[in-house]
Amino acid sequence: MAFLLLRRLVQTALILLGVAAITFLLLYALPADPARMIAGRSATAQTVANIRRELGLDQPLLVQFWTYLQGLVQGDLGRSYAQKTDVGALIAARLPATLILMAAGIFVEVLLGIALGVLAAVRRGGFIDRLVMMASFVGVSAPQFVAALLLLYVFAVTLAWFPMSGFGTFAHVVLPALTLGILGAGWYARMVRSAMIDVLNQDYVRTARAKGLSSFRIVFRHALPNALLPVVAMIGIDIGQFMSGVVVVEAVYGWPGIGQLAWQAIQQVDIPIIMGVTLVSALAIVIGNLIADLVAPLIDPRIRAR
Amino acid sequence: MHVLKSMIRQPAALFGLVVVALVVLLALAAPLVAPYSPDEQMFDGLTLEGAPLPPSAQFLLGTDALGRDLLSRLLYGARTSLVIGLVANGIAVTIGLLIGILSGYMRGLVGNALMRFTDLMMAFPALLLAIVLAALLRPSLWIVAMVIALVNWVQVARIVYTETRGLVERDFILAERSLGAGHGRILFYHILPHLIPTAIVWGTLGIATTVLLEATLSFLGIGVQPPTPSWGNIIFESQSYFQAAPWLVFIPGAVILLTALSFNLVGDALRDLLDPTQRGRG
Repeated sequence: MAFLLLRRLVQTALILLGVAAITFLLLYALPADPARMIAGRSATAQTVANIRRELGLDQPLLVQFWTYLQGLVQGDLGRSYAQKTDVGALIAARLPATLILMAAGIFVEVLLGIALGVLAAVRRGGFIDRLVMMASFVGVSAPQFVAALLLLYVFAVTLAWFPMSGFGTFAHVVLPALTLGILGAGWYARMVRSAMIDVLNQDYVRTARAKGLSSFRIVFRHALPNALLPVVAMIGIDIGQFMSGVVVVEAVYGWPGIGQLAWQAIQQVDIPIIMGVTLVSALAIVIGNLIADLVAPLIDPRIRAR
Repeated sequence: MHVLKSMIRQPAALFGLVVVALVVLLALAAPLVAPYSPDEQMFDGLTLEGAPLPPSAQFLLGTDALGRDLLSRLLYGARTSLVIGLVANGIAVTIGLLIGILSGYMRGLVGNALMRFTDLMMAFPALLLAIVLAALLRPSLWIVAMVIALVNWVQVARIVYTETRGLVERDFILAERSLGAGHGRILFYHILPHLIPTAIVWGTLGIATTVLLEATLSFLGIGVQPPTPSWGNIIFESQSYFQAAPWLVFIPGAVILLTALSFNLVGDALRDLLDPTQRGRG
């Protein structure tokens, strides 16, 4: 186990290094010029050249990358071009808002997904099953921004139950979390359904039925815990997906997380921030996958034995 | 034929098939069926105060902020979405097949390197990458298609890799090899045909993903650029006053949803038909 963990940690470091290298190359190769962006339209060639030298952009690519890596291993993500502050601090300031949104969104997803998945599995083949399966398809086919605008229109504009945008109170988190949760619940529902169907067909469930236990007890106490393993793995994968996909929802709801930070940085060609957010998102993906792999054996002794 | 017949028997798959056919037909026939030109800004397309018109007999789905007919823009937008869907997805499936097959077939350095590269791409925040690329490149229809292809091939590569690894171990490949067949022959005549169903399924499911991604990029203003109509940029252009003219956001939104849903339904049904072991799963 310890050896496995060590190997995964080395792999994680290598993957992050690779992500850093590819992102760096891509941003370098793109036609957008940050120095010109900072200098503004009317700046002279001399000013642009000065800014370029100041930011180290006149150095060869490899030298720039090496400098960046040296900072990175010390936890230094560089300085923002536009805001002139430490990228690490900027991200750290925005991260809590994104994490709150992520936790709330995953909470809605898991709750809704499990409820619908169990319902569909118990009523397998029936009308409710088909309805749930269809709804889950609609959920995963819906564009996030349309769902966000729809919830905004119904609950913020028409009914005025929740604020349009912003951050700070519980009411602010409801609509963004519902947007993420309702759409994502489809995957969970499908997975829980298929896992529940497998479990409900097993002998121990039949034994429980033969003992005369109530259906409710069988489903929730005996079957459901064994069907939750894939959900744990799914949450791990979801964590990574969230970090990457949060830009859209944060843009619609004016949520001050790292998605919004990235979106502003992209418009200003603020490369250090773009690099930083990409690396943090990649880290989230890798950690999420790690959680998915490591938690499974903790829950299920059969996997540990392998 | 047998595939088509089985699909018609499932209501969900049939629904998807009909909608997909309808979208393709309407996109092809856009110049014939569109009541107006998609770019024509009409005087009677706005209220006296200059606001867009709600749906009416004259403009079936209403008009947008510039007095253009929404229905006509949606019909031409279908062309944009489908072209991007086909091009981006065609490229993505081709790259995915190529890298998947090679990494699955070739042991040793090349195969390993390709698979490690795929693993690396899996750790990339895909949507973020697409947004960064689309924003910093000058967005156009083809750039958007390339960006989407660049992000979407990874999953196909992983699946093809796993399948190829399974095929290479099979006896008939061993038999071929002992008969003296070269790598090219084995790859093209014996492995590739087995991967066609996978390519078809992911090609179909991928169009749904692509339509959604294009809409998302265009909604952020970094996808297909106006005046070329795309379902995403129609919403982008209208979102600032969607409180006053909600149909401008929700009609295109419904069209995007319906199209993505239908490609997903067809893809899912195809997966069930072509690969019975996956039936009823994920």
